Amino acid sequence: MPDHQEISPPEDHDAPVSGRIWMARGARAAISIPALILTAAFVGYAGLARGSGLSLPETLMMTGLVWALPSIVVLTGAISSGVGLVPAAIAVALASVRLMPMTMALIPMVKVEGKTKRWQLLYISHFVAVTAWVYGMRNLPDLPREGRLPFFAGFGTALTSFVFCMTGVAYLMVERMPPVLSGALFLLTPIYFVCSLWSASKLSADKAAMIIGLILGPFFYLYAPGLDLLWTGLVGGTIAYLITRYMRRGLL
Amino acid sequence: MSDPWWWTYVMIIVAGWIATDIWRWIGVFAGGKLREDSELLIWVRAVATALVAGVIAKLILFPTGALEVTPVWLRVVAALGGFAVFFASRQKVVVGVVSGEVILITGWLLLEAV
Repeated sequence: MPDHQEISPPEDHDAPVSGRIWMARGARAAISIPALILTAAFVGYAGLARGSGLSLPETLMMTGLVWALPSIVVLTGAISSGVGLVPAAIAVALASVRLMPMTMALIPMVKVEGKTKRWQLLYISHFVAVTAWVYGMRNLPDLPREGRLPFFAGFGTALTSFVFCMTGVAYLMVERMPPVLSGALFLLTPIYFVCSLWSASKLSADKAAMIIGLILGPFFYLYAPGLDLLWTGLVGGTIAYLITRYMRRGLL
Repeated sequence: MSDPWWWTYVMIIVAGWIATDIWRWIGVFAGGKLREDSELLIWVRAVATALVAGVIAKLILFPTGALEVTPVWLRVVAALGGFAVFFASRQKVVVGVVSGEVILITGWLLLEAV
């Protein structure tokens, strides 16, 4: 319908919805059910961090800088068991590789050719983690292209700031909790992961890898402590890949 | 521990921040050049998933802190039960997590009462 009268003014209008307003809308959208689940998971992590001997600034720094719960949990485990810098970095890097394809899928969606600056993309890329990414991939296509980047920036900034604060509050409160409650908080992280990892894995290779990893993890922990995570990932992931590849397309 | 106090921060910056954000940065620069369904990426994702699964299993079987006093079978039953309910509820993460927690807390309180 070419002659249909749009409610919003045509493109030569001087003040379309500004970036700042899109940011505010994104921040408001962050108040959501997935955000609550994520907050609960980080509250659980605060319990884990305290139990692992991390200080409050260390816990908060890890939350804000890493901002990917699997990597944070891997790093916490590495620090508390005294693993060296290099194996810890490799384990964390392996746990975060999935952020690369996720970012690659998001960027073309928010980029405005010739207008979007690289630093803006680098800034929003920090928020790429399961919760914000799933939300963005599902909702950004409904927004006008210029609004997507500020919207996602607002969403990510609000979500991260809120979770950051709640992690700190939870860390301070864990000590005064009865042991049953803080124990329940500890278990929140693994149960949350088992469920969300399963629902995030689209391919059969991911699901096979998860099951094999659950079995191999304790095995390597007992027989190859220190490098157990790397072995679990490499051996478990390769077995899962080969099995599902064989099922997909035969031996070659 | 002979490590100085700042060592943990170095670990967080190098092994945490850089080791994680490097992938996001590469994602920004590579933007759309690598296919998401390439064999290499399928393998990489499988390795990453197995690694995180290994962490989960360790958290359940060899926990630190308050959970240490609970019997290992209770933690395994809580995790498996939570996952089973998650599965039965058409994969609702909240439902699974809450069920697992209910199993743990109920079992824990019952054991303490005995």
